[in-house]
Amino acid sequence: MKTKKWIKKNTYIVALTILFVTSIVLNEFDESLVSITIMSLLTLLAGFHIFKKALVDLRYKIIGIDLLVTIAVIAAFIIGDLFEAAAVTYLFTLGHVLEKLSLEKTRSSLKALMDLKPRNARRITDGQEEIILAENLQLEDILLVKLGEKIPTDGKIIEGTVMIDEQILTGESIPVDKKINDEVLGSTLLTTGYMKMKVSKIGEDTTLARMIQMVEEAQDKKAKTQKFMEVFSKYYTPFIVVLSIVILLITQDVRLAITMLVIACPGALVIATPVSFVAGIGNAAKKGILFKGGDSIERLAKGNIVFFDKTGTLTSGKPVLKKIHAFALDENEILRIAAIGESYSEHPLAQAIIDEANKRSLSINEKPEESQLIIGKGITFKYNNDIYAVGNLKTISFTPEPNATSKIAEFESFGYTTLIISNAEKILGLFGIADGVRKQSKQLISELKSLGIKDAIMLTGDHESVAKQISSEVGIKTYYASLLPEDKAEIVKKYQENHHTIFVGDGINDALALSYADASVAIGGVGKDLAMETADVVLMSEDISKLKDAIEISKKVKTNMFQNIVLALLVVLFLMVGVIFGKVTMSIGMLVHEVSVLVVIINAIRLLKYNVKKR
Amino acid sequence: MKKTVIRLETLTCPSCIRRIEGMVAKQIGVESVEVKFNASKVEIRHDESVISAEELSKAISILGYKVLEVK
Repeated sequence: MKTKKWIKKNTYIVALTILFVTSIVLNEFDESLVSITIMSLLTLLAGFHIFKKALVDLRYKIIGIDLLVTIAVIAAFIIGDLFEAAAVTYLFTLGHVLEKLSLEKTRSSLKALMDLKPRNARRITDGQEEIILAENLQLEDILLVKLGEKIPTDGKIIEGTVMIDEQILTGESIPVDKKINDEVLGSTLLTTGYMKMKVSKIGEDTTLARMIQMVEEAQDKKAKTQKFMEVFSKYYTPFIVVLSIVILLITQDVRLAITMLVIACPGALVIATPVSFVAGIGNAAKKGILFKGGDSIERLAKGNIVFFDKTGTLTSGKPVLKKIHAFALDENEILRIAAIGESYSEHPLAQAIIDEANKRSLSINEKPEESQLIIGKGITFKYNNDIYAVGNLKTISFTPEPNATSKIAEFESFGYTTLIISNAEKILGLFGIADGVRKQSKQLISELKSLGIKDAIMLTGDHESVAKQISSEVGIKTYYASLLPEDKAEIVKKYQENHHTIFVGDGINDALALSYADASVAIGGVGKDLAMETADVVLMSEDISKLKDAIEISKKVKTNMFQNIVLALLVVLFLMVGVIFGKVTMSIGMLVHEVSVLVVIINAIRLLKYNVKKR
Repeated sequence: MKKTVIRLETLTCPSCIRRIEGMVAKQIGVESVEVKFNASKVEIRHDESVISAEELSKAISILGYKVLEVK
């Protein structure tokens, strides 16, 4: 059944193939009326759109392969070489059909992304649910999304606590928790719960649409190698044409001259680089890694020094309570009191205390009394009839004990931001808060060496003590602290003299350095427009270990491209020598040419299947 | 000036680029044209009062390339 359908769909190619096989058989016998008819029919059937394009080329004065093949076929007819004419047109046409199929394959990742757009949405208007087409959504619409459904477009949660699988955008397989006021992204999947959301972006503005657009643009951005190959091919074709005329004039051998024409199109050579890039970009996009173009891939693959921004890149950018020291009561008790005191505060440092208390399952549901926020200092509050203060040294009206002073100094030497909890008479304890190192940072740094990276360097605007602490935690030996954004750019420039630099940042405070580095990588791309615009490579998720995947893919693509170029050049050389020495006929020349194009495409398709090793 | 993007069926040979660009560029009212080979798209900047998007799309399909979408 399937075969039948296939034959029906491809009647044209099947018919041509039957004619071609018949021609091969007839070619073994003497020329007859039958063989002349069959071969002429095949030439016309397979060749009419080649001839049509040749006419266009002629009209617009372009030397294209279709024009050259047409000249060769007509000449072959005139000198009575009907089989060669038929075979060349057939092989050329078949080659095109196969190339189209395989090229579509290299571009399939992008199509897969586009097909992921949800078609319908459940809109709530005046309490009534209705299913509408996703393309008819308006801003501010209220939507209901149920378990297992795709979120129709970008928006904000207004009701419900849910888990969402964002793998399609970020490549991250673990679902993320989202609650009221959190942003949700179109085409991601609701895996737990149900929610109501308000639409904030539609159509071309959604994250998925922008991602698709970026990948599409990336595929056609030309890399250096590609530009070189294009210039080469531009001169190659006219050169072969001239050569074939010269051959004709000198040798008077029409057959040799037209054979030369058939091999004039360096198809495999032109296609060698772009197919590798397209397949590589497509594969990476599926993993939540956006390459901005072939050029970006080449530059990332070359990099041998990696600069990391600290905050938001090696660290999560979210303060975490790292250390508690209790002078009175115990650790959990002072943490519990501080968390209760901070329960109305929205300060990130307060959040770190509350998070840790929750992590230790302390009961912090009680509310403080007479809670007062003193900006630049901290808070004071009353709990169980005692007055407490949480904040910096300025919250204390008495002289702190010497052991407390030395402990505070110790905390600060670790690079912690220190919060003090005190009552009216004494300091009860200290909380050391620091930006948490991402859990993948350390492993990433240790793995970079195996990717040919000579050194990893951390750049930060933070204080020396913080920089020292974080860099030793992740295993970075070289770091520069207390930098202004322009200092970061200067350091990158200095290293650039002798190295190929990669800069990895989150786009905040480092846009300048991102633009100076040879290759720039932005992390956590979802929702960060500026970083997405500037960087060569965007890691959609917050998972820094994706950097390794990105570098690996870029190197793989580079190797693949190199293989393709070598193969294509060898084929060109082989054909030229073969034709000159009369070993390659017109049809063999065409066959080798088409096969080489297909081999190059299939080699690139391997990149689509390439999977970064599981860690 | 208007920017029209015409999406074509998968382009297979790089010589298509020069053919389409050559033809479109010679139309009166066209300021610039670029064929994106991998995306199989033609981007044209043109004066709509002289040549419309439909006319451009028709001209390209006459060359033998199937037009999938005009926007």
